[in-house]
Amino acid sequence: MAMVQPRSVGARRLGAHLALICFVSLIVFPLLLVISISFREGNFASGSLIPNNFSLEHWSLALGIPWERPDGSIVQPPFPVLLWLWNSIKVAVVSSVLILMLATTSAYAFARMRFKGKEPLLKGMLIFQMFPAVLSLVALYALFDRLGQFVGWLGINTHGALIVASLGAVALHIWTIKGYFESIDGSLEEAAMVDGASTWQAFRYILLPLSIPILMVVFILAFVISIMEYPMASVLLVDEHKLTLAVGAQQYLADHNQRWGNFAAAAVLSGLPITVAFLVCQRWIIGGLTAGGVKG
Amino acid sequence: MYTTNASRGLPRHRSRHLTERYTRWTLRCVIATLVIALLWLVVAFHLNGQWMFALLFLVLGASLGVVFTKRTLMSHRYIFPAVAGLGVFVIFPLLYTIGISFSNYSSSNLLSEERVRGQLMSQTYQQEGNAFELTLYQAGELVRLYLENSEADTPQRFVSSPLNLANQETRQIGIQAVDASPAQEPLEMRAIIQARDSLQGLRLLTPDGAELRMAGLRQFAPMVDRYEAREDGSLYDRRDDRVLTPDPASGFFVADNGERITPGWPVNVGFTNYTKIFTDPDIRGPFMQIFVWTFVFAALTVVFTLAVGFVLASLLQWDQLKGKAVYRTLLILPYAVPAFISILIFKGMFNQHFGEVNMILDTLFGVRPEWFTDPWLARSMLLIVNTWLGYPYMLLLCMGLIQAIPQDLYEASAVDGGGPITNLFKITLPLIIKPLTPLLIAAFAFNFNNFVLIALLTGGNPDILGASTPAGTTDLLVSYTYRIAFQDAGQNFGLAAAIATLIFLLVAGMSLLNLRLSKVKV
Repeated sequence: MAMVQPRSVGARRLGAHLALICFVSLIVFPLLLVISISFREGNFASGSLIPNNFSLEHWSLALGIPWERPDGSIVQPPFPVLLWLWNSIKVAVVSSVLILMLATTSAYAFARMRFKGKEPLLKGMLIFQMFPAVLSLVALYALFDRLGQFVGWLGINTHGALIVASLGAVALHIWTIKGYFESIDGSLEEAAMVDGASTWQAFRYILLPLSIPILMVVFILAFVISIMEYPMASVLLVDEHKLTLAVGAQQYLADHNQRWGNFAAAAVLSGLPITVAFLVCQRWIIGGLTAGGVKG
Repeated sequence: MYTTNASRGLPRHRSRHLTERYTRWTLRCVIATLVIALLWLVVAFHLNGQWMFALLFLVLGASLGVVFTKRTLMSHRYIFPAVAGLGVFVIFPLLYTIGISFSNYSSSNLLSEERVRGQLMSQTYQQEGNAFELTLYQAGELVRLYLENSEADTPQRFVSSPLNLANQETRQIGIQAVDASPAQEPLEMRAIIQARDSLQGLRLLTPDGAELRMAGLRQFAPMVDRYEAREDGSLYDRRDDRVLTPDPASGFFVADNGERITPGWPVNVGFTNYTKIFTDPDIRGPFMQIFVWTFVFAALTVVFTLAVGFVLASLLQWDQLKGKAVYRTLLILPYAVPAFISILIFKGMFNQHFGEVNMILDTLFGVRPEWFTDPWLARSMLLIVNTWLGYPYMLLLCMGLIQAIPQDLYEASAVDGGGPITNLFKITLPLIIKPLTPLLIAAFAFNFNNFVLIALLTGGNPDILGASTPAGTTDLLVSYTYRIAFQDAGQNFGLAAAIATLIFLLVAGMSLLNLRLSKVKV
């Protein structure tokens, strides 16, 4: 608490609150609008933020249930949103688990062992992490196209390719986990090794149980990044039933046929769980993200 | 920090537990299988003539074998999977992109030379003036084909044995010469249309050895292979009576008059793609325009997001303010919503006709700006949306850094009569700008390559007029390369790779600068 206070502190406090409230409402407006639109009737309806003609049509379609209009016509769901969400989650879970395994083992070596080429490897990883995958899409496409001729589940239009391609982005996570490992005292593991544990056992039974929190954080971080991945998925996936949400969602707002209402429901349905998960874990995620400068 | 026993050359710890030993053997088996699988890929790629990929998997398989068998490399086993992932999916594509940038790899030069040759050799053409009129006759369950070239000097008539036209396979059928058409009513045109797919698969062999194929809906005609391979590698074009020679410089078969026969195959073209970027006016113009806009976009984004984030962070750090946690949560909402959803929300909101932004502007000021067709409005829209998306990141960074500023400084300032504005610009900003710089460079680099925003919001539109490649006024360099490579019929991978290589250089410069400034300790 500051000791010296200006006289007009009350007025300033009021002003700050007002400014913040104005700004917050400006920021939150689009999000509230989408929730409101998802409950409006029709695809082009305008109106107040609280919908006057309330309808569950868009929600029903987003959940994949055909909707019967009052005039008797039946509307079929335009896109398989739930399937896209499931694809996204499937890809994200598998790739996050794999990334976690790769990142943890190498972070252990980087934090605890001395070996040749450690420093250049770490620095190199940091540099290569800044090259966006969009730029080498042609090469990645060629790679998976050729691989697909010999290994079916790694070809174009497979989730396998998308999962495997995400394994290149481990550098950020290695740095995060390495930092955590270094904050844990190594004497516990040394004691275990004096008692006859192998290096692997010291890692597996001593260090890993101590680092569950950071592993959770890295898992969530990798999961969020994978869910939001767009460029690679847009090139590697072709069929409608294979798309992930990030690629599929844009079809609602195609240039000639904009389904604004249907999109709103699908967006809320799929965006809400991710948003809530993010807010719940924000403390840890933000620590990880701001360290690397991934989003922004 | 310790060195493993193994890498010191000390004897291996030998477990007394059986399960432990089994695990060890399982691991060895897994590694052996992996190495064998990778070597199989090497052979497969090599036989296919793709030496780059063969080399990649050879290096991968060999290093896997070495790292997991040499005991002195015990520590490297832990980092091998991650380094391999980085190598195969980041570094290899990077090098391969640079390689492609020196070739004319594109949709017209896609296949290997052998495949192009094979494709040309399978081309056929219809011999002129010899077409046969087709009629179908019912023969019980089956159908008979009747062919007649009534317009020729010596009319010929053929009839086939009864065929099952539900069978769509490609097959050879012998036909017999007859004197007149069968004495029954022919089937209607509709029957031919229905059976079109199976008719196309028929190869009719006349008694004198000519092969007839479907040439039009009611026509069968003798089809001949168009090209004949010569021993010197050139092709003889039977239809146009000319010789095509393979041109290793352009990757096409070329006729004497210089005409190129598509498809071609990729060949090394040296620096052609790079010189094209800087000399061809149809490419240089759009490229420079996009280049400048990319810098402006990234710089303005950083400035705007930093300004908003910094002011908000200073406000939120003010200890007289109540309800900070609520404000903070609401303010980082744009960060929590997945970007691909919020960008699409803005795409709908800025819609010219029914978007909410124009509705509000219409009621307030009576204007309906064309956000997606006017270049400057489209650019401002991108900046507005990206500021919305990006300021929470800056807010979080600034809040973290401001917390580290000692409170005494503000006390001293208050004693000397400094107001909040003075504090902001004389104390807070100078103190956080130094640790912030590397992060700002990272943010700049990120927005420099902010592909998702452009792809989902404007797709690069409105287009630049007079460009020979797909180029838009709101395109960034990354989305420009993406469109050259994957949009439209052109698919000029070589040119896209050349631009990507230039961006690689810029990004490498930025990340080195970043590393220098942030003084990373390993």
